Amino acid sequence: MASCVVTTSSFCTVSDSSIRLKSSKLVHLQRRRSLGSRGGLKVEAYYGLKTPPYPLDALEPYMSQRTLEVHWGKHHRGYVDNLNKQLGKDDKLYGYTMEELIKATYNNGNPLPEFNNAAQVYNHDFFWESMQPGGGDMPQKGVLEQIEKDFGSFTNFREKFTNAALTQFGSGWVWLVLKREERRLEVVKTSNAINPLVWDDIVCERVSLIFSCYKVMFPLDHMYFCCCCLQPIISLDVWEHSYYIDYKNERGKYINTFLNHLVSWNAAMSRMARAEAFVNLGEPNIPIA
Amino acid sequence: MAIRSLASRRTLTGLKETSSRLLGLRSIQTFTLPDLPYDYSALEPAISGEIMQIHHQKHHQAYVTNYNNALEQLDQAVNKGDASAVVKLQSAIKFNGGGHVNHSIFWKNLAPVKEGGGEPPKGSLGGAIDTHFGSLEGLVKKMSAEGAALQGSGWVWLGLDKELKKLVVDTTANQDPLVTKGGSLVPLVGIDVWEHAYYLQYKNVRPEYLKNVWKVINWKYASEVYEKECK
Repeated sequence: MASCVVTTSSFCTVSDSSIRLKSSKLVHLQRRRSLGSRGGLKVEAYYGLKTPPYPLDALEPYMSQRTLEVHWGKHHRGYVDNLNKQLGKDDKLYGYTMEELIKATYNNGNPLPEFNNAAQVYNHDFFWESMQPGGGDMPQKGVLEQIEKDFGSFTNFREKFTNAALTQFGSGWVWLVLKREERRLEVVKTSNAINPLVWDDIVCERVSLIFSCYKVMFPLDHMYFCCCCLQPIISLDVWEHSYYIDYKNERGKYINTFLNHLVSWNAAMSRMARAEAFVNLGEPNIPIA
Repeated sequence: MAIRSLASRRTLTGLKETSSRLLGLRSIQTFTLPDLPYDYSALEPAISGEIMQIHHQKHHQAYVTNYNNALEQLDQAVNKGDASAVVKLQSAIKFNGGGHVNHSIFWKNLAPVKEGGGEPPKGSLGGAIDTHFGSLEGLVKKMSAEGAALQGSGWVWLGLDKELKKLVVDTTANQDPLVTKGGSLVPLVGIDVWEHAYYLQYKNVRPEYLKNVWKVINWKYASEVYEKECK
């Protein structure tokens, strides 16, 4: 019988009787370690390995099954396992959502050891969902309009994205992000495990500090400036492990193939819709008793 | 022997230099891909021939080509007095120039087993290693651990601090040469831990690569550098 509770902050994937879960919602749940080996397997899982939304061979021939098997099955899984091992050591990072955990462990540029694993788990989840079988081609309607507005043309966006991916020296990621306040799209590149989420707080905190004084007088204003100023829309992994098996050193070919055949504009559309809804409506106003 | 640079490339470079001289322009030194002193497959089974060929002919060659391009652009920017262009080029120069410098050292740090690869260092370097790290095994363990822990891409080095007169183990990110960690540091042994250095053979298991690479490390070369710098 699994004592497995799924909340927004953590979830488990192992179906075994001795799973323990940390949950920020269930404060009364005590952490019990099973001393006996009833099921043989004692697992403490705080984050699970999410499977990509398609079978591992679905992106052939553009991204081989072998690449998915190693990239998802070894690299991504490794980050999840190592993160869980780190989180199991003590309660310091108890009960964060993934995005909160990334920002907390980034520690304003002085990252804690957990940052690398946490960020890479998020980055890879986001990446698999940024692709789809039969992807590529052109975006439609709203997304295309926004791209044409912010880059001049779709071709210009492609050029910027490709150039960023080619000039990311070393390991890293390339992102299409929506800057919430300015309501414009931009291409950014990050190195190693860094992602655009970590750049939020520095901007948003200061802005919301200014507006917190006016909170009472102008409640709508402060709602406009909150976390996730840079909303990722699409990402591309440019660590060598993501293209080496299929393309060896030819990163340019990999980038082109991604844009032509893999990128999921459907995912971009739903992510943008969610980001824009947040901008318009702001945070839900939960009354405090 | 490894494939030599094509004759046509040398001819073109020669023509360019001659014409620049005729025009009275100062010609910049261009760099070429150094040959490997062993066959691509000579380091097997520690490092596969496929990796060596791509690493040398594609990656290192790209660093050389891009470094030459960046230097040419730098030359033009300097002549025009375009300060912001000069500064903008620095990252490309550091990356590609560093890549060329680091890999040139790396090829000399490796040797086939039958030419002494893997043989422990003798002489003064061997003694210095024992003094600073207890034993060669101690050094190997430390460097392998630091190389495995390096996040992203970079290098792990055994260096000599000329001023403090001691051996150091350090890592650099991306293609930063060891000298960026300290002006008096001289690289003795560098191990490339970019994924391209091991991925086709070892996939994500970098520690396995680091375990095996020691079997083809050329300690003779490292000893020569050490003795020269210690004089």
